Amino acid sequence: MLKHPIIESLGCEALIIRFGDQIDPKITPRLRALSEEINALEINGLLDQVPAYTTLTLHFDARRISYGDLQKQIRPLLTTSSESLSDNGKKIVIPVWYDPEVGMDLQRIADYHHISIDEVIKRHSQQTYQVYAIGFAPGFAYLGEVAANLVTPRLKTPRSHVPAGSVAIADEQTAVYPLSTPGGWNIVGRTTMSMFDQHQPGLSPLKIGDEVLFQPVSRSEFIRAGGRSDE
Amino acid sequence: MSKGLRILSPGILTLLQDCGRYGYQHLGLTTGGAADEHAYLWANRLLDNCCDSQVLECCFGGLVVEAEQPVTIALTGADMQAQINHRRVANWATYQLQSGDQLQLGHARSGLRAYLAVKGGFQVSPTLGSVSTVMREKIGGLDGSGTPLQKGDCLPCLTSQQQYHRQVPELFIPDYAAPMIAGVIPTSKKYFSDTERHEFFTHSWTISPQSNSMGIRLQGPAIKPRKSGIVSESTHFGAIQIPPDGQPIILLKDRQTMGGYPVIGSVFNLDAFLLAQKQPNNTIRFEPVGRREAQQNLVTFRRFFGR
Repeated sequence: MLKHPIIESLGCEALIIRFGDQIDPKITPRLRALSEEINALEINGLLDQVPAYTTLTLHFDARRISYGDLQKQIRPLLTTSSESLSDNGKKIVIPVWYDPEVGMDLQRIADYHHISIDEVIKRHSQQTYQVYAIGFAPGFAYLGEVAANLVTPRLKTPRSHVPAGSVAIADEQTAVYPLSTPGGWNIVGRTTMSMFDQHQPGLSPLKIGDEVLFQPVSRSEFIRAGGRSDE
Repeated sequence: MSKGLRILSPGILTLLQDCGRYGYQHLGLTTGGAADEHAYLWANRLLDNCCDSQVLECCFGGLVVEAEQPVTIALTGADMQAQINHRRVANWATYQLQSGDQLQLGHARSGLRAYLAVKGGFQVSPTLGSVSTVMREKIGGLDGSGTPLQKGDCLPCLTSQQQYHRQVPELFIPDYAAPMIAGVIPTSKKYFSDTERHEFFTHSWTISPQSNSMGIRLQGPAIKPRKSGIVSESTHFGAIQIPPDGQPIILLKDRQTMGGYPVIGSVFNLDAFLLAQKQPNNTIRFEPVGRREAQQNLVTFRRFFGR
């Protein structure tokens, strides 16, 4: 992590604060804390704050605040390292039914690592993951890092349809697909937890810096919780 | 049931749009919004509407609507040889429709997207602050589910009577088919050598048919960044990404919120609006512009439209 983060402009109406250019789990709480401190300033004209891995990007309305003024307001926050201000992130347990019926790539991953499907499930569900970033689709959280002995490359040809709730692995990352979309990650199972719901006040259960644990559940628990395997 | 404009045919693709959905990019929701903000803002200005009023964005052509009550409309953007009750009417102007009158759009001759506004804007409940339709995210539109407009849909609006016929002064009407030089605000130097930057700014680029409201894809000489991928970070409107094949992608309103390709610069907002009107195989060149100058021009533009 850089001791003195770098501020750069992006086009006319965005500014990026860089804490480094290598993924580092220690940067995440810093991004989360900084983002909260900036929220507390209630800056007029600040439209969006997007923390992701090593950067925090601020989107602003150039008519309401200039790049210079925005920079002036946030610069003092960069010299203090006030991780303590942040709640350290929630711990969220995501129930997953791991089964080849919904985890179409379980066998592929097992073959890739020369292990059993049970071992794949064990390696995936015994790790605590951190939310590094949210993007790609609404509520799609990039979780890291997958155990070194479970790291699996993306599919050569992405699927045109990955059902909502699919839990998947790509390289060192794992994630839940919030919506049915095309996708090239290796699917290991499915959850009934909603990752994005425009009708719920919180919209998405996850925030950057949260900790995530995947908990294996049986088929009947999955069905009882409203899960479907016929998609 | 409330009255308004009835869709007799949505054409190839017609979407309900406004200025976009802000405040949710950290959850992965794109801003969306009218792809060509210039034409969108003119449509609202012609009617003295609030600058973020709801309009219809007709992509490629074919939209047919019928008025269920008297309503004043404005039409801007791509030239789709509009007809009212089978009589040709000029683009970039206002018209009065009476109950039963039909407005018909043909195919886009120049540009890709036409904007149809009504006096007071359409009156649809927004989802997360906006009606902007993002099909991929299943959000916005008439019922909030991101569905494009369908035959038979009714877009509620107020009754209105035109006081004066208005049109946009010739000077402000862009020629979408003309060769274009887009201003680019360069990003920091680290991802591209001077040679690669020079290559980018001296060549002419062709707009690929694979372009859409998420991004414009260009075809030309391959630009080679120093690194093929970067740690994913927030994207922004107008960002020029260079993927491993060296063919630039310019991100527009419906872009994904995160990107992992090096960015060589950002197309100036007003030029990026025009890009959303470029038909495939049009050519484009780029020239560097200073950030301050670009910001001033953008602010002047926004002030003019009260946005």
